[in-house]
Amino acid sequence: MAGTSESNSSPVILLENLVKFFGRFAALRGISASFAPGRLYVVVGDNGAGKSTLLRVVAGLMEPSQGSFTILGSRKVREVAHRVGYMGHAPLLYDELDGMENLRYFAGLYGIHDDEISRNAMRTVGLDPELSRRVGQYSQGMRQRLSLARAVLHNPELMLLDEPFSNVDVRSARDMAAVLGRVRDQGKTIFVVTHQAPLMENVADEFVHMSAGKIVAREEMARAAVAVDPPVRASL
Amino acid sequence: MSTFGVTRSTLAKDLRMEWRSKDAINSMLFFSLLVVVIFSFAFNPTAEESRHIAGGLMWVAFLFAAVVALNQTWARELRNQVLDAYRVSPAPANSLFLAKAIGNFLFVVILECLMAPLFVVFYELRSIGPVWQLIVVALLGTWALVVNGTFFAALSIRTRNREIMLPLILFPISIPALLGMVDATTSILTGEASPVFWIKLLTVYDIVFTSVCLLLFEVVLNAE
Repeated sequence: MAGTSESNSSPVILLENLVKFFGRFAALRGISASFAPGRLYVVVGDNGAGKSTLLRVVAGLMEPSQGSFTILGSRKVREVAHRVGYMGHAPLLYDELDGMENLRYFAGLYGIHDDEISRNAMRTVGLDPELSRRVGQYSQGMRQRLSLARAVLHNPELMLLDEPFSNVDVRSARDMAAVLGRVRDQGKTIFVVTHQAPLMENVADEFVHMSAGKIVAREEMARAAVAVDPPVRASL
Repeated sequence: MSTFGVTRSTLAKDLRMEWRSKDAINSMLFFSLLVVVIFSFAFNPTAEESRHIAGGLMWVAFLFAAVVALNQTWARELRNQVLDAYRVSPAPANSLFLAKAIGNFLFVVILECLMAPLFVVFYELRSIGPVWQLIVVALLGTWALVVNGTFFAALSIRTRNREIMLPLILFPISIPALLGMVDATTSILTGEASPVFWIKLLTVYDIVFTSVCLLLFEVVLNAE
């Protein structure tokens, strides 16, 4: 089992009474939880349950209204930004650039200047690095894959993925889920917010159920032992 | 990742995107062209009168045209919420600001280079003072416009009516710089006074506002 037990390792994320208000609406209502490294968490819940808000707070895109959290041992997300990968609900890509131009630019933000890493990231998600079409002309599924490639190209220890399978066909989504499983097996921690929970059943370590801004249940998954595949990619 | 490296790659990315879409430069050119032609028909000035009013006309045209480009700057980052990808990265916030400001500076300078011959033709302009001083004023004045404009455009990106908000914030704060640009340009064109005071004013204005914008930009970038 690649996942490390919570008892013998420091948490990758520790939430302490996290509250987030939008005006008078509380999107997060006092969440306290601890998440161990090297595991794949699937966050599920109805629309408005607070899943994406939780991810955005942890990614440092929003300040919590109350409470605090620790991520990768730091209270300042900025300090560990190079160790975190975030994939948002929107693609977070420039429509006017092609896939490689996008990845090259975002890789540069992490101090990566080797094109081969960006090419590998594209191949890993099933896209052709030689594709010269601009992202504005990509299908929704292709954008989603490229967005995943962007989130993981700097080889982060912690990945926060918001709806990575939306608009992706079932077969590609299964492939992407398998890729995430293999990345977790390399010791990375992954949070996936999704409405397509069945896709993750075979690879998830734990399902985190959210409702009305709270974590209402955590369900440990018993994963069948699988043959170890070759590493997805050294940089992923 | 160095501030310089990220600034350079962000600037290169913005220039590439502008080269492909030509959104900002086309809008600015069209707008400036309209101002030049309409004012030329409205006033029909003599060469002597032109020297007195051209400073004001030129800078008003460039100011309004710059606002068009400034609004475009951040609109690109809002599409697909790309700004979030920058915010979650460890790249310095100031690199983004500098790249945007330099990009806007280049766009407006290109516009000025294209429009200057038209001003000469339409208003029969001949400078009595040294032309190199005009270039200095143009560079300092343009930086004054774009550095504040880029900052306030970033400040207003999360507001509902950002196209209206930008001029409402930018114009009042640009008054000292505009005064310097117009008076310096008029002084040089007419040769009646020394533009040195106004050039010094513009230099100080540029240094102060560039420093303040750099100090505050990270707060603006991460504001909810």
